[in-house]
Amino acid sequence: MSAGVVLDRVSKRFGTESVLADVSLEIRDGEFLTLLGPSGCGKSTLLRIIAGLEAQDAGSVFIAGRRADRLRAKERDIAMVFQTYALYPHLTVAENMALPLKMRRMCLAQRLPGIGRLWPGRKAVARSIRDDVAATARALEIAHLMHRKPGQLSGGQRQRVAVGRAVVREPSVFLMDEPLSNLDAKLRVVMRAEIKQLHQRLGATILYVTHDQSEAMTLSDRVAVMHRGTLAQVGTPQAIYADPENLRVAEFVGSPMINTLSAIVASPSGVVLDGVALPLRTGLPAGGAVTLGLRPEAVSLAPAPGAGLLNGTVRLLEHMGAELLVHVALDGGETLTAKLDVARAGLVAVGRAVAIRPHLDQVLVFAADGRRLRCADHGGAVPASRGARA
Amino acid sequence: MTAGGRAGGRTALALARRGLCHALLLASSCLVGLPFVWMLSLSAKPPEEIFDAGFALFPDRWYLLENYGKALTEHPLLLFLANGVIVCGAILVLQILVCAPAAYALAKLRFHGRDLMFAFVLIGLLIPQQVLAIPLFALAHRLGILDTYAALVFPFIVSPFGIFLFRQFFKTVPDDLIHAARLDGLSEMAIVWRLMVPLAWPAVVAFSIFSVVSHWNDLFWPLIVIRSEELMPPPLGVVAFNDEEAGSDYGPLMAAATVIVSPLIVAFLFAQRWFVDGLSMGAMK
Ligand SMILES: Nc1ncnc2c1ncn2[C@@H]1O[C@H](COP(=O)(O)OP(=O)(O)O)[C@@H](O)[C@H]1O
Ligand SMILES: [Mg+2]
Repeated sequence: MSAGVVLDRVSKRFGTESVLADVSLEIRDGEFLTLLGPSGCGKSTLLRIIAGLEAQDAGSVFIAGRRADRLRAKERDIAMVFQTYALYPHLTVAENMALPLKMRRMCLAQRLPGIGRLWPGRKAVARSIRDDVAATARALEIAHLMHRKPGQLSGGQRQRVAVGRAVVREPSVFLMDEPLSNLDAKLRVVMRAEIKQLHQRLGATILYVTHDQSEAMTLSDRVAVMHRGTLAQVGTPQAIYADPENLRVAEFVGSPMINTLSAIVASPSGVVLDGVALPLRTGLPAGGAVTLGLRPEAVSLAPAPGAGLLNGTVRLLEHMGAELLVHVALDGGETLTAKLDVARAGLVAVGRAVAIRPHLDQVLVFAADGRRLRCADHGGAVPASRGARA
Repeated sequence: MTAGGRAGGRTALALARRGLCHALLLASSCLVGLPFVWMLSLSAKPPEEIFDAGFALFPDRWYLLENYGKALTEHPLLLFLANGVIVCGAILVLQILVCAPAAYALAKLRFHGRDLMFAFVLIGLLIPQQVLAIPLFALAHRLGILDTYAALVFPFIVSPFGIFLFRQFFKTVPDDLIHAARLDGLSEMAIVWRLMVPLAWPAVVAFSIFSVVSHWNDLFWPLIVIRSEELMPPPLGVVAFNDEEAGSDYGPLMAAATVIVSPLIVAFLFAQRWFVDGLSMGAMK
């Protein structure tokens, strides 16, 4: 019952503003793919185009292998969960969930208020609709809310009803536009797990939109990172995190944010950061500027200053439970955040000088234009750094 | 000390302003209400008291039964009321059937010339009905519908005010709701009738009151197109009878006037809550 979606060079502009530029993407049959990007980058616009609610200026959308450009929204067999839930405020929960089934299974005469009841065959259809709605409501644990109006529900309940209205007609593709962003933090984690289970239970294709990278990382089979109307990178959450294509992806994914430090190329196989020489191969001529990306967990604390270590002063400590975030002002003027095991809390205090060891095999090198430089081999990475991490 | 004095001064000033406001409102509502009260008063008075020089709200001799009895028996008042119901009902139903889809298109659909269309609606709001009377009369003549119910109804089917009011309401309905409805399989017409109109219920009620009141009380247009007594709506009927025979018999005339406005007052009292909501805008809270 599920089906894949293929986008082929889809573009869209509003007035003179280009909102989507040549977006090509394949969402596989049964896949959970997340579109991740900051607000305003065109995620909702892309969903509306896939759903047939907005027309693209160029490019094509294929659903289940069929070109869908000329199909209207209701013909695309797609359901959408909106950020605002978009429940019909004047209908009860049961009526909200029944409406899509009514529109599909009943003919015009049967839907008419009053006289529709007298139409032959309506009773059987009405019963099948009622049964399907009840079954979906039971699965989502909203059976006790059926007679309430949306205005009488909490945020989490509305969210379930919105999902229920989408699920009840068993579409082949689900589009979810930031469905959790209006919930409080605790509920968001609960609902996140439920959406994951829903995906496993239905086996449906889900295209999920969020600006929250932790949602993207935990839910998805693959993540597509969007930036200003283009896809910056598509890959598994692990690949996006550990092997980003460019600086923007690296900065957008991961919390706390990746540290970015400017360095100067000293030779094709070494850079200088704050006067500290690091054996990183860039393949660039000497004198060029690069940016080093260091995840907070890709550094460790060295017992004493030494070669290949960055010196600085602790500015701020944040206890995160099992981990400790140390904000360090480097002597060269840049700042760096390190994530340490909380067992090492005794070694640092605000105002104390520290030496930071970057794990050279985890350093990401970016060219001045943000492109990732992959030719970095770690020029015989310092053995001591491996020892420190073990 | 000074601070307290100043604060006291400010509250006194505010009080004075509020008092002035209320006095003005009271005076203007008296001005509006007085003719109505006068009508009620006259409808209870015997003929000789009506032209008394003095101003008495209550009659010396109650003449209610006589006046109302005469109004109801000498004029076919019930027939006029029935005509009023038929004509106003037809106008209202047709107006809503036309206004709601038009307003939906202007509020939520994107098409070329939409702003121009809306400008025409606004211009339509500014044109008084009387200006169009002669062309409309000519049109009715051509259509051969003079002196029928259709002549009373057709000029009012497209109401610029209704389109404007509904459009402002529909604009407040979030686009996501319409998107959800399209995905759920509703056609554009189904969106209008199953979603927009129920959500804009207060506006529909407010508009209905406006429409019914203005057409119930309309004398100008019926006077132009209706001759047959059995088609006359209430104001025309009462006026016509007054002309011919009643002369200066104002008691029964005022009683008849009271009878024909009373359905409006009852209807307004029932719909008052929505009426205020409807004019203060916003389908979505
Ligand atoms: N109907 C519209 N008319 C004009 N501009 C729009 C419209 N819809 C979206 N935009 C613009 O397109 C850009 C992308 O919007 P959107 O797709 O909603 O982003 P996101 O969902 O990623 O936050 C924004 O700059 C927004 O202002
Ligand atoms: Mg959005």
